[in-house]
Amino acid sequence: MTLSRRHMLISGLTVVAAGAVPRFAYAAAATPRRLVFVIQRGAADGLAIVAPTGDPAYAAARGALAEEAGGASLNGLFTLHPALAAGAGLYRAKQAHFAHSVATAYRDRSHFDGQNVLEGGGSRPYEKSDGWVGRLLTLLPAAEREALAIAPAVPLALRGSAPVATYAPSRLPQADADLIARLSALYADDALLHPLWDSAVKTQELAGDIGGNNGRNGADLGKLAASLMLPADGARVMMIETGGWDTHSGQRGRLTAQLRGLDQLVGALQVGLDAAWNDTLVVVATEFGRTVAVNGTGGTDHGTGSAAMFFGGALAGGGPVAGGMVSADWPGLSAANRLDGRDLKPTRSLESVIGAAIAHHYALDPARVMRTLYPDA
Amino acid sequence: MPSLYLAANRFGLGRRFDDPATDDPQAWLLRQLDDYDPVPVPIAALPGRAAIAAAYVEYQDDRRAMRRNALDDVAQKDGTGTAMAPELQRLSRSAIRTHYVDAAAARLASAVATPMPFPERLVHFWSNHFAVSADKLPVIGFAGNYEFEAIRPHIMGKFSDLLIAAVRHPAMLLYLDQAQSFGPDSPVSDRIRARGRRQAPGLNENLAREIMELHTLGVRTGYTQADVTAFAKVLTGLTVAGLGRGAGQRLMPAGAADGDTVFIAPLHEPGAQSIMGKRYAQGGADQAEAVLLDLARHPATARHIATKLARHFSGDTPAPALVARLEADFLRTGGDLTSLYRTLVAAPEAWAADPAMFKSPWDWTVSVMRSLKLPALGDRQNVPSLFTQLGQPIWRPGSPAGYDDLVATWAGSAALMQRVELASRIAGRIGDRVDARQLAPLILADALTTQTAQALARADSPGQALALLYASPAFLRR
Repeated sequence: MTLSRRHMLISGLTVVAAGAVPRFAYAAAATPRRLVFVIQRGAADGLAIVAPTGDPAYAAARGALAEEAGGASLNGLFTLHPALAAGAGLYRAKQAHFAHSVATAYRDRSHFDGQNVLEGGGSRPYEKSDGWVGRLLTLLPAAEREALAIAPAVPLALRGSAPVATYAPSRLPQADADLIARLSALYADDALLHPLWDSAVKTQELAGDIGGNNGRNGADLGKLAASLMLPADGARVMMIETGGWDTHSGQRGRLTAQLRGLDQLVGALQVGLDAAWNDTLVVVATEFGRTVAVNGTGGTDHGTGSAAMFFGGALAGGGPVAGGMVSADWPGLSAANRLDGRDLKPTRSLESVIGAAIAHHYALDPARVMRTLYPDA
Repeated sequence: MPSLYLAANRFGLGRRFDDPATDDPQAWLLRQLDDYDPVPVPIAALPGRAAIAAAYVEYQDDRRAMRRNALDDVAQKDGTGTAMAPELQRLSRSAIRTHYVDAAAARLASAVATPMPFPERLVHFWSNHFAVSADKLPVIGFAGNYEFEAIRPHIMGKFSDLLIAAVRHPAMLLYLDQAQSFGPDSPVSDRIRARGRRQAPGLNENLAREIMELHTLGVRTGYTQADVTAFAKVLTGLTVAGLGRGAGQRLMPAGAADGDTVFIAPLHEPGAQSIMGKRYAQGGADQAEAVLLDLARHPATARHIATKLARHFSGDTPAPALVARLEADFLRTGGDLTSLYRTLVAAPEAWAADPAMFKSPWDWTVSVMRSLKLPALGDRQNVPSLFTQLGQPIWRPGSPAGYDDLVATWAGSAALMQRVELASRIAGRIGDRVDARQLAPLILADALTTQTAQALARADSPGQALALLYASPAFLRR
C-alpha cells in the first residue's frame, strides 16, 4: 500500500501546528492539481458579465443593456449575467470568484496586441516569445506538467521550454488556417472579395465557437476537455480558446449566447472531472474590457478594465482568490471616474490576481510565481 | 484582341486544360452557334416524357390507394391517420426522383464535356428565364425533360417558338397551375354547376400572369389585372393528359398518352377576349397562340429580353446603348435569338474586363470540372445535393422568376467559404497528380495575374496550389 505524502505528513506530524508546516509540504495533493485557462478572445464585456447593478451610474450608462441584468445577485453591488446559471450555482457553493475592474499592463485597444500581453505576460506587446502558462510549467512537478491546448497550434500563453500538445477536434473546417491566410493575402487588393472573405473567416470562427448551437458547443468543448484531463496519463494543464466576444453590435443576444456556451463549458468540466474538480482551477480572462456606454448599434466598443472569472472546487477552501466572493477595488462608473472618460478604470492588475490564484492553487511561493509568470509586473 | 479568358468564361463555361488557344475568340464563339448540338449524348440517353409521366401516374395511384387503405383501416379498426406509410411513399417517389437525378447528372455531364460551351450557357440562361421549380411535386420528374425538350431545341430560333414550347410543356403547365384552370363559363363548368353538387373549379391566373410579368413583357409594363384575367381565360383548355386532377381528366382525347399536352375544348372559356387593347376572336387553342405571338413581338418584351441578355453578358447594370442595340435587333428580326447572340459577341461592352460577373455555383463547379475534364465529382446520386449545398439547387430556384443574375446573388461570404472548402476537398483528392502552376495559364489564360501565379508558386503543396487556383479571383469570376 502506498500512502500519499499528505497522508503520511498528517498522520506523522500531528503535534506540529498546521501553520508551521512549510507550504511545500502540501505539494502533492490527493489527486494531481489541474489548471484550465479559458481565453476569451475579442474583449469580453465584464460590465455585462458581472454587472455593477448597485453602482448609481450603471443604469443610465448602460441603457437598454442594463435591463438584461436579471441574474443572480452576488452581493450589494454586483449581479451575475443570467446566462451564467451554472456559474451562479458554483458561486453559491463558494466555488466561483469574480475579480472586477482588472486589466493587464496593456492600455491601448488593439485585440492582437492586447491578447499578446495577456498571453505573453509582459508589459508591452511582442515583448515575450513565451507565455505565462508555459513558464508556469517549469515550476510544476512532472506529474502536473502535462499540457495540452485545444487548438490547431500551440497558443502563445502555453509556449515555453516545456513540450505542449495540441488537439483539434475533427469538426474543424476543411479549409485549413494556412489556406485561409493565403487567400486573405490573395484577396487583399480585391474590392469585392476582400470584405466578403473577411466576414466569411469571422463567421467561420464564430460558428466553431462556444456560443453556437444554443450553448451545446460549449458543453461539448467542456466535455472534451474533461475527458482529456481525467485519465491518469491525461493533461493537467489545459488551454481552451474561445472567440466571438467582440460585441460591437447587437450585444444583448450575442453575449447571452456566448455566456450560455461558456457556462455550459464550465458546467461540463465540473461534471466531467468529477472528484478531480476539487483540485482544479479554471481561469477565464480576456485581453481588455469594453466601453461603459452603449454605442449606437446596441453594442459596446473596445475598453480597458474588465472582469476575470475563477472556478474550481478548491476555491471553497479560501485563499487570496476565495470562492463565493467578488473582489474589486471599485472605481465607480460616473464619467469622472472612468479611464479617458469612457472605460472602466482598472484598479488592480489582472496579472497579480492570476498570480495569487495560481500560487495558492499549486501551493507555491507567490513571489516566485510572480517573478516567473510576470517578470515585469 | 478580345480576351480568351472572357470568351471561355463570360460566354462559355470555363477552359479545359487541352483547349487550343484560339487567336480569334469571337469567331470561335460564332462557330459554336452553327455547330450547336441540341441533343448531346448524355441527354439523348435519357427516357422520354412518357416514362416520366408513367412514374408520376404510378405515384399518384399509389397515393390514392394508400389513402383508400387508410380509410378502410379507419373503418375496420378505428385507427387514426390517413397519411401514406412513409416507406411506401418513399418507394413511389423514388421513380420520380430517379428521373430528376438522372437528368441533373446528364445536364452536368453535357456542360462538362461540350466543346461548344457558349450555346450550353445559353441553354442554362433560357432555362432560368422560363424557370420551373422542382419543389412542386409534379415538376420534379419533368424538370429535366422540360429543359431538354422545350428549351434546348429552340434556343437558336425565334423567341416566340421558345416561348410557346416552354408554356406548352407539362412541367410549366403543372408548375403554374394551368393544368387545373377551367374556363368559368366553359361547358364543363356549366355542367358541374348544373349538378349543383359542388363548387365548380375556376380560373387560375398563375400562368397568364407569369407569362406577362416574367417571360415576355416584364413587370409594370402597362398591362392590367383585366389583361391578366382575359389572358388566363384564353389559356383555358390547355392541360396535361393523365396528370391533372379533377373532372377534366375524363375529357382527354382518345389518342392522348399520359403526360401529353392537350387542348380540351369543353374546358376553354368561350367568347372573344380583349388583351392590351386588342380583340382576340373566339377560337380554340389558336386563340392562345395568337396572344403568345403578339406578346413575343411586343416592344416591352424586346426591351425585357434585351436587358436580361445584356446583364448576363456585361454585368449588373448593362450599358443603355447595348440594351438599345439588342432591343432594336429583336424588333427588326422579330425576335431572332441567334441574331441577338451575334450582336452580343460583337458588343464591346461584353468584352470589358470591368465590371466582371461572379460565377454562379453552377458556373463555378462546371468550370472546375472542365479545367481537368473530370467526368464526375463523386457519386452521380449526389449531383443534386452538391448544388443544393452550394446554394443553387438544379431546376429548383423556388420561384417562377428563376435565380437572380446579379453579382450580389452569388457573391456572399458563406458561399465563398463553401467554394473554398469544396475547392480544398477536390484539390485534396487530386493531390500531386496535377501541377496547378502549369494548369493556371492554360485555364485562366490572359487573366492569370502575377499575384495568383506567385500564390500558386509559393503554395505549400500541390493540393493547396490547386485549391488556390479554384479560389483565385479570376477563377471565381466570369
